Amino acid sequence: MIVAEPKPIKEILEMVKDYNKILVLGCKGCVTVCNVGGTKEAAILASTLKIAARKNGKKIEVEEHTLERQCDPEYVDEVKDMIDDYDAIISIACGVGPQFLSERYPTARVFPGVNTKFMGGAVEHGVWSERCAGCGQCVVHHFGGLCPIARCSKSLLNGPCGGSSNGKCEISQDVDCIWDIIVRKMTELGRLEELLEFMPPKSWITARDGGPRRLIREELVI
Amino acid sequence: MSDNFRPKIVAFYCSNCASSAANVAEGMDKALPDNVKMVQVPCTGRLEILHLLKPFEEGADGVYVAGCQEDSCQYVTGITKAAKRVAYVKNTLEQLDIEPERINIYNLSAGKGQAFVDVALEMNDRVRELGPVLSE
Repeated sequence: MIVAEPKPIKEILEMVKDYNKILVLGCKGCVTVCNVGGTKEAAILASTLKIAARKNGKKIEVEEHTLERQCDPEYVDEVKDMIDDYDAIISIACGVGPQFLSERYPTARVFPGVNTKFMGGAVEHGVWSERCAGCGQCVVHHFGGLCPIARCSKSLLNGPCGGSSNGKCEISQDVDCIWDIIVRKMTELGRLEELLEFMPPKSWITARDGGPRRLIREELVI
Repeated sequence: MSDNFRPKIVAFYCSNCASSAANVAEGMDKALPDNVKMVQVPCTGRLEILHLLKPFEEGADGVYVAGCQEDSCQYVTGITKAAKRVAYVKNTLEQLDIEPERINIYNLSAGKGQAFVDVALEMNDRVRELGPVLSE
């Protein structure tokens, strides 16, 4: 899933300080799963904005609505009859949401309510970890199913650097050295020799370095 | 703060230990301040962040949660979860420049009827001291 975290409420309040009729728009996709932008979180943000208004003696109207997804035009269309009723829209979807809204409703003032962090998964309740860097050329099968591009701080493909110490990365004791994990796993599986295969320098043209990406699947285009 | 200020306080209390404490308090003829609105919940772990925010949105000046001792929650982690959510809301209030002391959590146990009344009085005094949420 795409993992995000709430923006500090002060930052959101600063963004919408000049607006009195606000729609908090949630998304039932990834951000619902990572508890940051679903129906429940839309209600929490709306309530928080109302408390702030109460504190400041300001009269505002805040409503909340949650779309099936904010990254598909047919769902973004759902709010077409209500969007003009609001001075400001706070999207708590990932960074795709506010952009789809801004593109579909060019005159609407759309603000992001979350900071999008990475593609990853829940490693325990309330803890998410990055797993994919979206490089556009998946190679995890070479490394015991683990991704050194997303999970090695240097994205090394031919073994650990000298900064690997006791299974931890030199950048932080909180970061596992993925190469330590890969080597241990392949050793346990008796497949260590597979790591001797030389990985040539990776072409990053399929990654972000190739510029904004676009995917067209002709069999699906109507 | 003006002597006339009567804060609106919402108290969420667990239907196990805190509820028994309430019964004991009643048996002792101890009354809670009538500006404290009591809301019984099956377990304080059921309380969501939104439940704790809503009273502030709707005019409350203080909120507290009365639950079990950490080692005697019938549902094991209910009070621990509630404590984390209260801490989250304290942080939210702080970011809104609202005193975080307006929300609190108390660990009670079944026989503590006096404590059930004392926490209500303590919150009442504290919030009276703080005054209304609205900025002057």
